[in-house]
Amino acid sequence: MAKNALGREIPEFIEGYGKTKLFQGAFALKPEGYRAGGKIRCIDSTCTDKRVSDIKAAIAASGLKSGMTVSFHHHLRNGDYVVNMVIDACAEMGIKNLTLFPTALFGVHKKLIEHIKNGVISRIMGSVNGPIGQLVSEGGMDVPVVLRSHGGRPRAVISGDVHIDVAFIAAPTADKYGNICGTQGKSACGSLGYAFTDAQYADCVIAVTDNLQPYPAAPISMSQLNVDIVVEVPSIGDPAGIVSGTTKVTRDPLRLLIAKYASELIEASPYFKEGISFQTGAGGIPLAVTAFMKEAMIKKGIKGSFGLGGITGYFVELLKEGLVERLMDVQSFDLEAVRSIGENPKHIEISADWYANPWNSGAAVNMLDVVILGATEVDVNFNANVNTEADGALLHGTGGHQDTAAGAKLTIIAQPLLRGRIPCVTDNVYSVTTPGEVVDAIVTEYGITINPKRKDLLDACSAVKGLPLVSMDELVSRAHKMSGPTDPVATEDRIIGVVEWRDGTVIDVVRQLKTK
Amino acid sequence: MRRTMLYLPGNNPNMLTRGYLFGSDGLILDLEDAVAMAEKDTARILVQHFLRQGEFGSCEVTVRINGVDTEYWKDDLAAVVPFPALRGIRAPKVDDAATVKIIDEELSTIEDKNGIPVGRTKIFCLLETAKGIWNAFDIASASPRVAAIIPGGEDLTADLKTSRSNEGTELDWARRMLVFAARAAGVDPIDTVFPRVTDDAGLRKETEFIKQLGFEGKSVIHPNQIPIIHDVFNPTEQEIEKALKIVAAAKEAAERGQGAVSVDGRMVDIPVVKRAEYTLLKAGLLEVR
Repeated sequence: MAKNALGREIPEFIEGYGKTKLFQGAFALKPEGYRAGGKIRCIDSTCTDKRVSDIKAAIAASGLKSGMTVSFHHHLRNGDYVVNMVIDACAEMGIKNLTLFPTALFGVHKKLIEHIKNGVISRIMGSVNGPIGQLVSEGGMDVPVVLRSHGGRPRAVISGDVHIDVAFIAAPTADKYGNICGTQGKSACGSLGYAFTDAQYADCVIAVTDNLQPYPAAPISMSQLNVDIVVEVPSIGDPAGIVSGTTKVTRDPLRLLIAKYASELIEASPYFKEGISFQTGAGGIPLAVTAFMKEAMIKKGIKGSFGLGGITGYFVELLKEGLVERLMDVQSFDLEAVRSIGENPKHIEISADWYANPWNSGAAVNMLDVVILGATEVDVNFNANVNTEADGALLHGTGGHQDTAAGAKLTIIAQPLLRGRIPCVTDNVYSVTTPGEVVDAIVTEYGITINPKRKDLLDACSAVKGLPLVSMDELVSRAHKMSGPTDPVATEDRIIGVVEWRDGTVIDVVRQLKTK
Repeated sequence: MRRTMLYLPGNNPNMLTRGYLFGSDGLILDLEDAVAMAEKDTARILVQHFLRQGEFGSCEVTVRINGVDTEYWKDDLAAVVPFPALRGIRAPKVDDAATVKIIDEELSTIEDKNGIPVGRTKIFCLLETAKGIWNAFDIASASPRVAAIIPGGEDLTADLKTSRSNEGTELDWARRMLVFAARAAGVDPIDTVFPRVTDDAGLRKETEFIKQLGFEGKSVIHPNQIPIIHDVFNPTEQEIEKALKIVAAAKEAAERGQGAVSVDGRMVDIPVVKRAEYTLLKAGLLEVR
C-alpha cells in the first residue's frame, strides 16, 4: 500500500484492474512514447452498402466474442435503447464476459443488472449510477469499475490503456455507407462528441440508426472512413428521454442566492472582461449563474468568446444575442441546443478528445476562463468528491469535472452547504475525484470561500464592497454545527471502484460497503 | 430601513435557518396564518428556539402572533418577548386603538417580569378590516410602541366583499388612507404582500405604485421578491447624484449664512434638502442622525 500525492492509500496492484500508477499532482505526469495504433481498415472496393439485416447480424459480422470490450456513447441519455438492445442480443448469442466501456450509463440501463448477474457483462469501465451503482457498491461485480473523466476516457483509448474491440454508435441519422450525424431524425441528440474517439480507435465500428437517408447523408458528423457496419432498427431511443424541453432558470431562492454570489465572484475576478469564456452546464445553480452573468455582461458592455461543454437553450440564446461568439458543444442538452447545432455554423460540434483530453496538442478546456461545477462534498483542502454519495455508494460519473477544473483559470464549486442534513463541506472527503489544487472557490448560501492559494482572487474579492467572503474554517465549523456528528461510512477492504485522474493515475479507490 | 419584511413560516426550520441570508431588511417569524391549528404549539417552540440561538444577520426580527381573538396570543407573546433578538411583534386584525392597548399592556407585563426595559418591544399593526383602515390614525397613535401600520390583503378584500384584482383597485383607497394615517402619526406605512410569486413584472409595477404613494416598504412572501423591491426602493444613480448636489449646496449656503439656494436652476429650500438627505440615507451614503 502506497500513498499518492493526496495521501490516499492506493495498493500497488488491484485485482481486476492491474498495476496502479499513483496520482502525483494535477499536472505532474508527462506522457512518453506513441499513440496506440489500430487495426488497418479495409473494405472490398465492390461493396457499396455496409448494411446488415439486424443487430445480431451486425454483432456476428463484427467478430465480437466473449471477453472483448464494447463501447457506447451516452448522447441518448435516459432515452437510450441501444445499450440494452446490444447486450440483450449478445446474451441471446451466448457471448459472455464482456467489458462494457460506455461514456456514461443512465437509469434506463438498469436492465443491465441481469446481464451482470448472468455473466454477460463482467466489467464496467465508466460511470455507474442508480441501481447499478448500488449493486457495484455492495460488491455485486467481481472486478472494480474504473471511473474516468470525459477527457481521461479518450486519453485512455488513444494512449492504449483501453482497447475497444467493437464500438456501437447510436446514430440519429446515417446512410448505407456509414456517414453519421446527430442533428437530424426523430432521435436527434445534437452533438455526438463522446463517440468520435471510439469511432477512430475501435477495431470495428457499427452505426445503429433509426433514420436511414440516401447516400451521401448530409450534414456529416462522423464519416464513412471509420464506420464498418450499418444496421437499421425501428428505434434507437425515446425522444422524451433524449432531450429535455426548454431549460428554464430555477426559481428556488436558495439556489438563486448561491448563483448570485458565484456570479459576483466571477465579476470580481480578473477574467470578467471582453472575450471571457465559460462553462456552466445544465444544473439549477450553474444555469442561474449564466443568467446573472448575462445581466452583468450587458450592464458592463462586455462580450464572451465562447461557451463550452454541455450546451443548453440558454447558451443558444447568448449566442443569438451576440453575448458569446461561439459555442463548442460536446453534448447538446435540450431541443434548442439540438436545433442550433444543426443550423448555426458558430455552434461547433467537438469531440471529448478535443474538449478535455490532457494528452493531445491542446484541449478546449485549456482555453476556458471560468467553470461552475457541483460536488457531493468538498473538504478543507478543497478536494472534491463527485463520484460517491454520503453513504459511500457510487452514484455519479466524473463527467468533465476533473478536466474543466484543471483547465479553467477560475474553477468554482457552487452548492448549498447542506443537502437535507448532510453537509457538503467536510474535514475530509470520502473519496477524491478532483484535487483541491485545481479548485479555486466554493460558493454556498453563506458566501464565497476562496482557496488560500489564490491570494490574487482573495485580494480582488476583498476590494469589492459587500462580497460575502467566508473562510474555509468558518464554513466547516458552520456545517458541523448545523448537521451534528455523522457516522463514518463502514466498508470492507475490497476495492469496487478505481477513480482515475485524467492522466490515468489513481487518485482514489472506493471500497465495498459493509452490509447492514 | 423597512423596504422588505420577509415572512418565514414558524414551523419550517429550513426557512428559519436560512431566511436572513436573502438580505431583506426585516424578518417576520410567522405563528399565525402560515401555521395550521394543529401545529401552533410546535411552531411557537421552534420560533422560541430560533430566537434563542438562531442567526438573523442585520435583519429587524419580528414575530407575527395570533390574533387577540384567539387562545394563542398570550402564549405567543410570553414565548418570544424575552429574547433580545426580537425587535417587535406583528399583530394581526387590529381593528381599533383598544386592541393596541390590550397588546401594549400584556407586553409591559411580560417585559417587566423579565427585567426588560418596558416599551422595548415594538408593535407592527396589521389592519385587515374596513374598520381597521377607518381607525388607522387612532391605531397608529394608540401607543408609542407602534412602529408601523400595514394594510391587509386577502382579509381586507374579503371584508370589503370584493376580490383581489391584478390592478389592486379594491385596495387603492385603503393604501392611500393608510399612508396618510401613518405619516400623520409618525409611524411607517408598510404595504401588504404581493401574492403572485412568479409574476416579477407585476411585483415591480405594484412596488413602483406603492412607493409613489409614500410607503416605506412591503411585506414579502417569497425571497425572490426581495431584490426586485429593493431595486425599486433604492435611489437611482441620477437621484443620488442630484441629492449629493443639493445637500452640498445647502451646506455651503448655511456656512455662508444664506437661506435658500438654487441648484441647476431650481430653488432649494428646507423640504427639498430633507428629501435629498433621505435619498442619501436610503443609498447608505448618510449616517442616521
